[in-house]
Amino acid sequence: MLSREQVEHVALLARLELKEEEIEMYRQQLGKILDYIEKLNELDTTNVPPTAHVLPLKNVYREDVVGEHMDPEKVLRNAPDREENYFKVPRIL
Amino acid sequence: MREYEVIIGLEVHAELKTNSKIFCSCSTEFGGPPNAHICPVCLGLPGTLPVLNKKVVEYAIRAALALNCQIAEFSKFDRKNYYYPDLPKNYQISQYDLPIAYGGYLEIEVNGQKKRIGITRVHMEEDAGKLVHAGGDNLAQANYSLVDYNRTGVPLIEIVSAPDIRSPEEARLYLEKLKAILQYTDVSDCKMEEGSLRCDANISVRPVGAAEFGTKTELKNMNSFRALQKALEYEVERQIEILEEGGRIVQETRMWDERKGITVSMRSKEEAHDYRYFPDPDLVPLVIEREWVEEIRRSLPELPDARRERYIRDLGLPEYDAGVITASKALSDYFDRCLQYTRNAKAVSNWVMGEVLKYLNATGREMDETFPVPPQHLAGLVELIDKGTISSKIAKEVFKEMTETGEAPEVIVERKGLKQITDEKALAAIVEEVLAANPQVVEDYKRGKDRALGFLVGQVMKATRGKANPELVNRLLREKIQ
Amino acid sequence: MALHELTIAQLHEGLKKKEFSATELLTDVLQRIEQVEEKIKAFVTVTEDVAREQARRVDEKIARGEEIGPLEGIPAAIKDNICTEGVLTTCSSKMLHNFVPPYDATVMRKLKAAGVVMVGKANMDEFAMGSSTENSRFFPTKNPWDMGRVPGGSSGGSAAAVAAGEAIYALGSDTGGSIRQPASFCGVVGMKPTYGRVSRYGLVAFASSLDQIGPLTKDVRDCALVLGAIAGHDPMDSTSVPHPVPDYTASLEKGIKGMRIGIPREYFGEGIDAGVKEAVKKAIATLEDLGATCEETSLPHTDYALPAYYIIAPAEASSNLARYDGVRYGYRDETAEDVVTMFMRTRSEGFGTEVKRRIMLGTYTLSSGYYDAYYLKALKVRTLIKQDFDRALEKFDLLVTPTSPTVAFRFGERAADPLQMYLSDICTISVNLAGVPAISVPCGLVDGLPVGLQFIGRPFAEETILQAAYAFEQAAGTANLKPAL
Repeated sequence: MLSREQVEHVALLARLELKEEEIEMYRQQLGKILDYIEKLNELDTTNVPPTAHVLPLKNVYREDVVGEHMDPEKVLRNAPDREENYFKVPRIL
Repeated sequence: MREYEVIIGLEVHAELKTNSKIFCSCSTEFGGPPNAHICPVCLGLPGTLPVLNKKVVEYAIRAALALNCQIAEFSKFDRKNYYYPDLPKNYQISQYDLPIAYGGYLEIEVNGQKKRIGITRVHMEEDAGKLVHAGGDNLAQANYSLVDYNRTGVPLIEIVSAPDIRSPEEARLYLEKLKAILQYTDVSDCKMEEGSLRCDANISVRPVGAAEFGTKTELKNMNSFRALQKALEYEVERQIEILEEGGRIVQETRMWDERKGITVSMRSKEEAHDYRYFPDPDLVPLVIEREWVEEIRRSLPELPDARRERYIRDLGLPEYDAGVITASKALSDYFDRCLQYTRNAKAVSNWVMGEVLKYLNATGREMDETFPVPPQHLAGLVELIDKGTISSKIAKEVFKEMTETGEAPEVIVERKGLKQITDEKALAAIVEEVLAANPQVVEDYKRGKDRALGFLVGQVMKATRGKANPELVNRLLREKIQ
Repeated sequence: MALHELTIAQLHEGLKKKEFSATELLTDVLQRIEQVEEKIKAFVTVTEDVAREQARRVDEKIARGEEIGPLEGIPAAIKDNICTEGVLTTCSSKMLHNFVPPYDATVMRKLKAAGVVMVGKANMDEFAMGSSTENSRFFPTKNPWDMGRVPGGSSGGSAAAVAAGEAIYALGSDTGGSIRQPASFCGVVGMKPTYGRVSRYGLVAFASSLDQIGPLTKDVRDCALVLGAIAGHDPMDSTSVPHPVPDYTASLEKGIKGMRIGIPREYFGEGIDAGVKEAVKKAIATLEDLGATCEETSLPHTDYALPAYYIIAPAEASSNLARYDGVRYGYRDETAEDVVTMFMRTRSEGFGTEVKRRIMLGTYTLSSGYYDAYYLKALKVRTLIKQDFDRALEKFDLLVTPTSPTVAFRFGERAADPLQMYLSDICTISVNLAGVPAISVPCGLVDGLPVGLQFIGRPFAEETILQAAYAFEQAAGTANLKPAL
């Protein structure tokens, strides 16, 4: 089972502001899911290599050629807030 | 006070000078209007995917080979997860446990002794964007910030040194040498002021003889070689003072405040870093072919140490001169080009170390194609001195004129009538005049006051506006007084 | 039959013979949408204007006497996690409620080149996380076979649109069964191609190492046609494979005589409804009648697929979904005065419960000290699961299983317990972990609800599974099933 502090720590890492009842809900649900996941420990995987990619692909490159840029207007149209051609955000600290 | 040993490790980020970004085809050009060099990929728009620029791998290998590293057979990219508004995906594509290269070194010279500094690893990663803080002088006072993503995705290599550096001075020497190597291999411009070379430092101190490292702090925001050394010197003092007072060093990141000359703790709302690295599923592994590595190795240019040796061995330059000139690839290339027009290496070296560097420092520029004195002009100037056409003193005047007009030295000498007077008859007349005008001084000289001769030489030089051949003037004066 | 009831292949014939125009076809489909959409709620956005313009251009081409391709002028629904330039792409999330991509996904570029008429963006579980489309932040989609039941998910809108005749075909995405399970619940054909067969560029990422775009269609021939249009190498996707794209319709009618089909016993155990089991067994008998040899086999690590998946997918998702922070696009909380609070509130309000649950889970399993125990362990188990398939598919040309352990369930039935919901993907998840291709075809009805049969093939052997699925659907008479709406 996860502690309340663990849930809060993970929420901060994931940049989620949880309400009181959410903390408790996720604590219980994540605990249950993690218990279920424990099942993997039935398997001895000592000498098993990990599979990060199912495909045997390697060395996929593009050439160093400059392509077209996007019209900044097209990009900034989706911005929640902007100033001239900058994205605008609240203060950092 | 106990004696302390300083332990420093540097993490250096260098922007690679590819045409396009590491994972998309946007330009890497510095500057430009905000958010003009972006596309869906580097902006991390939903659904976009990275594709690796082959040149980035080539440059990383090139730099790593110049740093005597092993090139990994198998390498991969990982995601480094952290939130910051200049990071469009809120993760940086970097390399974690399998970097492209590892286990190298570079050599510095400390008090005439060669010292090897280990290089733990070299890895590739993408740069982040830039924040402009508005409504205040700095980050802390700003009311809001503006984000420009032009730099997002510019390729970087991070070069991590071993904790082999034992003083702030060694740290500066290491960084200078690293910069030279990256410039020689032509993989990075290494302009600290433009941020294409950035350096963070890990530093700790321990009582001499202690077996374990002390607690380290990480220093950031050093924007010049000088700042690096100053920041480390400050931090050494700070840490020792704390330990001497019986305190404990806090492991933390500290910012160098250039204006105040101190380091400041950067405690943030952010919890202890937990980057949650994992292999980036959007990119496939790199299996680096050995032939490619050898091909790159064969194409490596002469590196600073080799060039320095050549200057000492073949050109007879003093070690100091060779070191100063080869520290900058551009300066050294300029020097080499000068030698295509004159054989007097030592004279060229003196000019480069003297007037050329003085000019660059005074104008705050670096040696580049905008330097107004092309190599053949500087070589021409040296030749004019060697042939006795002008004196060294006049040559300095000519050089100044060359930097202002870009003209060849011969043209300036001709235009301004600066040719040295070596005609004995013409000079003898002037010498006579000077002697006649200064009988008292002549008497003083005769009575053994050697300095009096200098005054007389000066008078002749004045009368000829400095153009008289000084040796000739000396000889004539002595002959006439006897 | 009304035009919206026909298949791509049938409509193509009609367009070619000028029995009707692309605009008439579109009008019929739009009328159908008008008629049933209020009940079904398959679309987040109906793109009538875009569709009319595209249909007009196809008609002009026909008028000029030019030949048209098989998909030209055929109305389609696109899952709302596939980026469409200039058209809202929301992932059924408040987070992207206003996001208009400035670019097209590669599959969209391909479909546009093939003459698509896009009628709308299909509803889904938020960010493709879910198995019922109940996790859409906007509204749930209903199962056209029973309005009290879910259409499956996450591509529930795509499956329901095709089943209800609101689109002739649809694109979905499949990370753990998100095409096949809703296809099964809605009685349509759905395929998850081999990982790397179809470009992911422009598909809003959920779990990058598992995601794949695929077709949802009324029958297997249509599936082959759509796959042919969207498959192929894409230089914008490093994980797409440079294999040539065959004509997937060419081998459809070759039959399955002599094919060796493996029946993994783990897919018929506990948790599989008796009705589903019976329907699938009947289907296996049909395959044998068609000349295939069916033999029991084993995928011994099947039980470990779900736990491995629920480490890998949320971990990747926690990173993929980090970019939604209110800076560049999408929703932003306007109350925060500093950036960290803005990020936290934006994400808390922008994401729904299930998305947050998975982000939390993935963040936890990747966090310092847990990586080896969870993520690395799961990648190793993934190797074992892949080896299971490699071994089985060495011996057999194909594997056959149920697509889902149950028929469509009722709204709310599983919403309370996330684990119960996750179990609904138990037959489909291993396929994504192994990266192999699979198709779901209707194999009958249980209590008036469709049951899906899953064919699993070797990597890049889409032709083989299409060939077998086609033979089956022809023999079983399950092509182009229609709910009574």
